[in-house]
This record gives sequence, structure tokens and C-alpha cells, in this order.
Amino acid sequence: MSEPLIVLKAVTKRYTRGKQSVPIFERLDMSIPTQDFVAVMGPSGSGKTTLLNLLGGIDKPSGGEIVFDKKRMDNLDESKLAAFRAGNVGFIFQFYNLMPMLTAAQNVELPLLLTKLGPKARSERVKTALEIVGLSDRARHKPSELSGGQQQRVAIARAIVSDPKLLLCDEPTGDLDRETAGEILSMLQTLNRDLGKTIVMVTHDPEAARYAKRTLHLDKGHFSEKDLAA
Amino acid sequence: MGRTLTQIAAVTAMNLRSLPQRKWTSLATVVAIALVTGVLLAFLAMANGFQATVAGTGSNDVVIALRKGSESEINSTLMREQVLLLQEAPGLAKAADGKPLLSPELYVIVDGIKKSSGLKANLPLRGLGPLANEVRQGIRIVSGRMFQPGTNELVVGRSVSKQFRGFELGAKMRLASQNWVVVGEFDAGGNVFESEIWADVSVLQGLYQRGSTVQTVRARMNDPASLEKIRAFSEADPRLKLDIKAEKEFYSGQSRNIGDLILYLGWPLAIAMSFGALAGALNTMFASVDARAREIATLRAIGFRGTPAFIGTMIESIILAGIGGVVGSLGTYLLFDGISAATLGSNFTQVVFSLKLSWSLVLQGLILSLVIGFAGGVFPAWRAARMPLLAAFKEQ
Repeated sequence: MSEPLIVLKAVTKRYTRGKQSVPIFERLDMSIPTQDFVAVMGPSGSGKTTLLNLLGGIDKPSGGEIVFDKKRMDNLDESKLAAFRAGNVGFIFQFYNLMPMLTAAQNVELPLLLTKLGPKARSERVKTALEIVGLSDRARHKPSELSGGQQQRVAIARAIVSDPKLLLCDEPTGDLDRETAGEILSMLQTLNRDLGKTIVMVTHDPEAARYAKRTLHLDKGHFSEKDLAA
Repeated sequence: MGRTLTQIAAVTAMNLRSLPQRKWTSLATVVAIALVTGVLLAFLAMANGFQATVAGTGSNDVVIALRKGSESEINSTLMREQVLLLQEAPGLAKAADGKPLLSPELYVIVDGIKKSSGLKANLPLRGLGPLANEVRQGIRIVSGRMFQPGTNELVVGRSVSKQFRGFELGAKMRLASQNWVVVGEFDAGGNVFESEIWADVSVLQGLYQRGSTVQTVRARMNDPASLEKIRAFSEADPRLKLDIKAEKEFYSGQSRNIGDLILYLGWPLAIAMSFGALAGALNTMFASVDARAREIATLRAIGFRGTPAFIGTMIESIILAGIGGVVGSLGTYLLFDGISAATLGSNFTQVVFSLKLSWSLVLQGLILSLVIGFAGGVFPAWRAARMPLLAAFKEQ
């Protein structure tokens, strides 16, 4: 087994609703090795997206530790978390979350604006990312001129353009038809296998989960694990 | 720092590019701010035009004598004895025959009918002494001729014939139960005199039963420095009790009072309207931030910081307000700059003047619009900077 990329140690997460404290996780432990492809399934409200937010440094745990690449990240301030996300995490959302006023290439370039790369280097990286997702010919198209599958491929290109170690996918095929979903999931598999990206994917769909190396079932704040070959 | 600027530029460009999606609310804000700027500039242009007209009146070489304590010509009365004494003052310019260049003048109010509204308004009818033309300079008869002394003839300023009915060349009218005829029209370089009607002082004294009294005396001085000598002469003689002023100084004082009054009306009105525009700007910018909640949260999730979201929103607000300011300024310039208006001057008579917009006034209007944009942007920008990142994961 590879070195763990992410380790959760006794992570607790509670939300406050009015005067009530609602627990999501109580002392959750988890380890995700480098180059793993994990599908996280579970009923609505089981905390799948909360887990993704914690892994991506979007949300902070109420207790416990989160270690990323041997460094604690749960105690970083907002500014350092932003830098952490920019350097280490690529997000792929269910509804793509592309900027409607920007072209595909401009959308893909966004994470690179946070790096020291100059315009020429950025342009090269954007070109490569779009080639990887097979959308070189759609670089100048705006999201409204692309199909759902194409938009998600642009989102994947945006997620990988700055070469992060971790890709976090929130229901990446939830808004796509079966055939297109298959294409997207195959692409994630390729990114995991060929480029060594560690992927954590939240999904409701058992078919989608089959593309992962293993599936974790989250229910009532605890995991049960199933290993599935794609 | 460079990367922060790149982020700010990217966020700002995205905000501005997405404006067409919010065109109606954005347009409403621009229009509201344009109206505020327009109203303010119209008042400022009015005050500026009025002050330029009145303050541009008079000469430093002409002295005006009024009864002590009378702020305006209408309140002043001078006896014949005082006029005769004043002729002996030092520093007065002399005519070829050795007489001082001095004009005793009467100032009475007559009715005029405004061409624009058909309403009655007060017009000044000034009686001039025989040497008035030599006392005043820069007066030019542009049509007809000067009145003949001892007759019921009138000459009128260009603004009077332009703004009031029945004062064209050759027009006949009744004033003080007498028939009068307009025999000339004069140009005074756009100053207050152009809003006056002139006749012979001795005829007016008789008709208005003023005996031998006049209201003011104007006299040409050898030079502006003679003013102090004349003032000293007046102070030294207890029979005189006069306010002695250079004509220019007199009109400057007159312009300040009314000009300030217009300003004091204009600014509060503009500020009151600004609150309305500010509410519009706040509404637009909050709507803008809410409409882009997912985009802002996505950018934050990618690694953009709160500062670019804050500054990008501020810039959007300030740009919208700036456009409003420019539109308002341009609108005021096209609609109002140079148009004639008339208002009551210090003598309770109409002063005709042109609204006058200047770059410094436009700057004031633009500053007001940018202040509205700034104030209208701060809270929405704060919301944008604090946008919960979880909004990126919400359903559409």
C-alpha cells in the first residue's frame, strides 16, 4: 500500500442549528493512500459532502486532526487554507460550476492565476489540460455553447491544470446521462491510473462507484468498506 | 502582490463581463445615480452661472455710493445735497468740461411678463444721469439708439427683450400711467445690466414722485486706488453717511448671497436624493453578489482569497456609479449648460443668467457619484468576501 495522502484522526463535525448541536461525525478515522480512487456512498444526510469539504479544506472539523501529505491542515487559518486548496486540491462539482462569461480555456486557466506562471506558460498548461480531456477544439467556446458532458470535461481540465495531488468530485455524473457519465468516469479512472491522481468521489450511483478502486459506505457517521474492481 | 492583482483583475473582469445578465438592475442604478448627479450639477451650474453673471458685473474704476447700511440699491436713498457734496470728492475722473463723471441713479421696479411662463416678474427700471454712458464702459447699443434725456424713451438690455414680452425695439407700453417707447437695445457683455431697463433719471424722478432724491450715485474714478480717498472724504463729512464701494466689490457681495442660497438648496437636495440612489446601488450590488454566489464560492474553493472578491465587487459598484456620474454630467451639459434662466436678485428684481457647467463642478458631481458607488459597494463586497464556500456545492 502507498503512503497515506490523507489521514483523518478522530474527526468530529457538528453543526449548530439554533440552540441544537447536530453531530455529523463522531471520532471518524480514515486513511486514503496516494493514488487511491475512493468512492464514498451513503444515504442523504450521511455527511458525504461534509467529508469532501473537510478533505478539501473548505470546512473545518469541530475536533480531531486532518493530516494531508504528513502535514496537519485542520488548524490552518483561512488564508493558508486557500493556499492549500490552490496547491493541492482540484474540485469537480455536480453542476460543473464554470464561469458562464468565460471561455473553456479561460475557465481552465483560473487556478493558474494563483500561481507564479506567466501568460505563455499558463496558455501551454491550459492547452495540455484541454487535450487531456479531449476538448482542444472547444477552447474558445463558452459553457452555454457546450453540452453537459463537455462542460464537466472542462471542469475536469480546470481541476487538473495546476497538477494537484488530490481530486475531489461531488456527484460528478449526477447531472449527466448514462453514456456521458461513463465517459467522465473513464476519464477519472485514466487520471488516477496514468497521472497518479488521488481521487475521492462522492456519489449516490452504485454504477459510478464501480469505477473506483474501493467504495466506502458512510452511514450515521461511520464507514464500512467494499473493494470493487472497475 | 502580483498574484493578488492578477486575481483582482480576473474577478473584476468576470464581474463586469457578467453585467449583461443583470442589465436591468444595473441600468436602474446607473439611472438613479445619473439623476442625482444631474440634479446636483443643474443646481451647481445655476449657482455658478448666477455668480458669474453678477460677479462679472461692475468695474473697479467705478465707485458706487449708497445710503449707509443699505445692502442693495432698492433700499438706498440719497438726497440732492449728498449728490452735490459727492461731486467734490477727490479722485473722481473729469469730463472735458471739468465736471466729474458721475451719474445719480434711480432704481424702481416694474412688471414684466415672462415669455417662457406667461407669469409676471419684477424688472428693474433704472434712471440714469446724463453722464451715465461715460461712467459705465462696455455698454454697447446693438439696435436702435440711446434714449433722449427728458423723454419717455427706454433702452432695454438684451436679456430683457429675450426673456420678457413686449420689450422689442419700437414696442410701446405704459409705465407709471405714462406711455413709453423702446428706442434701443443694449449689450452689457452678459452681466446684470442686461436684465435692466434704462431711462432718464429726471423723468423717472417726476413720474415716481421722488423729488430730487436718487438711490445711488455711480462715478468713474481716476484709478481703483482713488476708492480709499473717496471713502475717507465721505467718512470725514457727517452729512454724507455713505457706503462707498467699488462697483465690482458691490456686485461680488450681491452674487455671494444668492449664489450661496442656490448652493444651499442644491446640495441638500442632491444628498437627500443620494440616499435613494444609495439604496438602489446597495440593492443592485447585493443582487449581483447573490446572483454570483456559486461563482464566488467556486473561485474561493479553487483557492482565490476573499480580498479579490471584495475588491472586484467594489470596483463593479464604483464603475456602475461612475457611469451614472458621467451620464448625469453629460445629460446636464446637453440639457442645461448655456440655457437662460432668471431668478430674483438682491434687489427683488429678475436677474437673467446662463447656467454654466465647469470642469470643477463636473468633478464634484463625479465625486458624489463615486461616493454613492463606494458606499453602495462596501456591504455587498463584504458579503462577497465572506461568502460561505459551501455555496459552491449547493444545488442550482
